[in-house]
Amino acid sequence: MKKAVLSTILMAVVALTVVAEETIVLDGSTTVGPIAKAFAEYFMAMHSDVNVTVSESGSGNGAKSLINGTCDVANMSRPMKSSEFSAAAEKGIQPVAHVVALDGLPILVHPGNPVSELTLEQVRDIYLGNISNWKQVGGPDKKIVVISRDTNSGTYETFEKMVMAKKKICEKAEYVGSNGAIRQRVQSTPAAIGYAGLGFVDKTVKALKINGVYPSGATVQTGEYPIARPLFMYTNGYPKLGSPVHRFVTIHLSEDGQEIVEEIGFVPVTAY
Amino acid sequence: MLPHSKIKIQNSMTPPLQSSKRSLVMNASTSRLRRLGGLLGQGFLFSVTSLSTLTVFFIFYFIAKDAFPFFKLEGFREFFTSTRWYPSGDPAEFGTMAIFFGTGIVTLGAVAVSVPLGVSAAVCLSDVLPFNARQIVKPVIEILAAIPSVAYGFFALVVFAPLLQNHGGAVLAAGACLMMAPLLVLLVVVASDLIADRCFDLMRRKARWVAGLVLGAAAFTLMTYIGRQLGAIEIASGANALNVSIILGIMALPTVVSVSEDALQAAGRDLREGSYALGATRAETILKTVIPASLSGILAAVILGVMRAIGETMVVWMASGNAARIPGPWYNVLEPVRTLTATIAGDMGEADHVTGSSRFHVLFAMAFCLLAFSFVMNLVSEGIVRRSRKKLGK
Repeated sequence: MKKAVLSTILMAVVALTVVAEETIVLDGSTTVGPIAKAFAEYFMAMHSDVNVTVSESGSGNGAKSLINGTCDVANMSRPMKSSEFSAAAEKGIQPVAHVVALDGLPILVHPGNPVSELTLEQVRDIYLGNISNWKQVGGPDKKIVVISRDTNSGTYETFEKMVMAKKKICEKAEYVGSNGAIRQRVQSTPAAIGYAGLGFVDKTVKALKINGVYPSGATVQTGEYPIARPLFMYTNGYPKLGSPVHRFVTIHLSEDGQEIVEEIGFVPVTAY
Repeated sequence: MLPHSKIKIQNSMTPPLQSSKRSLVMNASTSRLRRLGGLLGQGFLFSVTSLSTLTVFFIFYFIAKDAFPFFKLEGFREFFTSTRWYPSGDPAEFGTMAIFFGTGIVTLGAVAVSVPLGVSAAVCLSDVLPFNARQIVKPVIEILAAIPSVAYGFFALVVFAPLLQNHGGAVLAAGACLMMAPLLVLLVVVASDLIADRCFDLMRRKARWVAGLVLGAAAFTLMTYIGRQLGAIEIASGANALNVSIILGIMALPTVVSVSEDALQAAGRDLREGSYALGATRAETILKTVIPASLSGILAAVILGVMRAIGETMVVWMASGNAARIPGPWYNVLEPVRTLTATIAGDMGEADHVTGSSRFHVLFAMAFCLLAFSFVMNLVSEGIVRRSRKKLGK
């Protein structure tokens, strides 16, 4: 009797593992996270036998997971660093990049702020602390509250590279842990300035024109908007053609994929 | 209803009575079995207890193991003396003085909020309020300890920070009044009691009223003056040391109230009655007998409150602003600060052997300092409590 029960349980377990045969594990950037989640939903609706899990722990953690072999796809909002490539090579992992979408980094201010345009140099000076009052750039007489993403994020690294030109952000800058938190702080602080992904711009905050160009899908795609970046999914080697991972990382090239990317507020790489 | 339930109880009582009808002397095998069982139970409990003790040692060992490589790589000098924190820069800078300062000022602020409020609340609960009121108020204060810290953080970020920005002065004034009011009331009551004691028996009642009114008016004027001064201040960013200090103070409040109330209770009824028997008033009994007798317990409560505040992560990460610098004048609590715990939590993701080992180990060096500090504090509070028990002869 006992044996029979045991074997039934064993069979059930085997059957369960057979049903959800394939799993794709994604880890990494909180910016790429929404795209990955939408792709996962779309993918699982079409292939019910494949299980896709998405975790969001930051670009650095995504790279770490891929190198340690704990995920199949690393979502990253910045390219891999040479140190990460060499660590990957040591473990016999060969990271291959797939650019799934483009993203602009709008500079955000409170909607009540009359300033609507800055140059890239002015933004840099604000973050360096050389400009510390809004009246220096044509705004009201208010001390600027400088808000940045934490040094842990790909968004920060993109901003550091594209705006700060390797100079260090001033010490008085505040750091927050997510794009949503940036928007929250900016929409509730009249004198604040911050930056977040294009998908995070809504009516509650005002995106500034930079060098005369307003951040939008069109200006990011043409490269006119100066603070834009590609968003990556990294795999270990190019996935075997036709495998679930291969089908997953090529969703963005399909018409449906483009629609999904547009829907979440990012800029697609294709133009159907 | 009542007789019915009585019958039920009787029914349920009967079977054990019948079954306990066995010989009083155990036979040898039962005795051995019982002794073995006892030994097993003891062994199990001992191993569980020693496991939790070992855990503490393991935590120390593993944090130290990852902390020391940092000092080997970068030395002590920059870590303790520089205020420049650029762990991702090129070259990276690991000056943590501003971060230590941030932890310090936030903790001090939390103490400034929680200790006056907490200790006066404890005195009120143990010696002033009637028993029934105390039975309601104390559990309500202790509910504060059950709220998860992320909820506090959310409140600090979404409700309190915008409030500070939009109505900074008014909030400051109201807060200062709220904090001063219980202290001043206590002071006025005690002082008028003391003054009345110096009067003749017949005038005592009247003198108490007059002194209370005069002192109360003076205290009220002081409060409105300070309130008006604070009301003129404007706050640029609501995510600052003050915001976090207040929230941490509220989080530490239940600990401070609960432990110091226990200490005040432990002073005992005999001590109080002895004091009254010698002719002391209630104010004199509280100030000169009960509080001095339980001072070490109150100190232990304060230290526990400090540790609650110093180790809190989520609230400071969400609402302290995380700017790694010492504010303008150092006592300016309206500027953002960065704390050790928030830095460890916030920088852990990107820091790994992969991206440069100093950046990873510096976090452990900070964690080690934090751990060493709270360990010492814990020892101190333990020592204080033990000494106070000895003093009270318990």
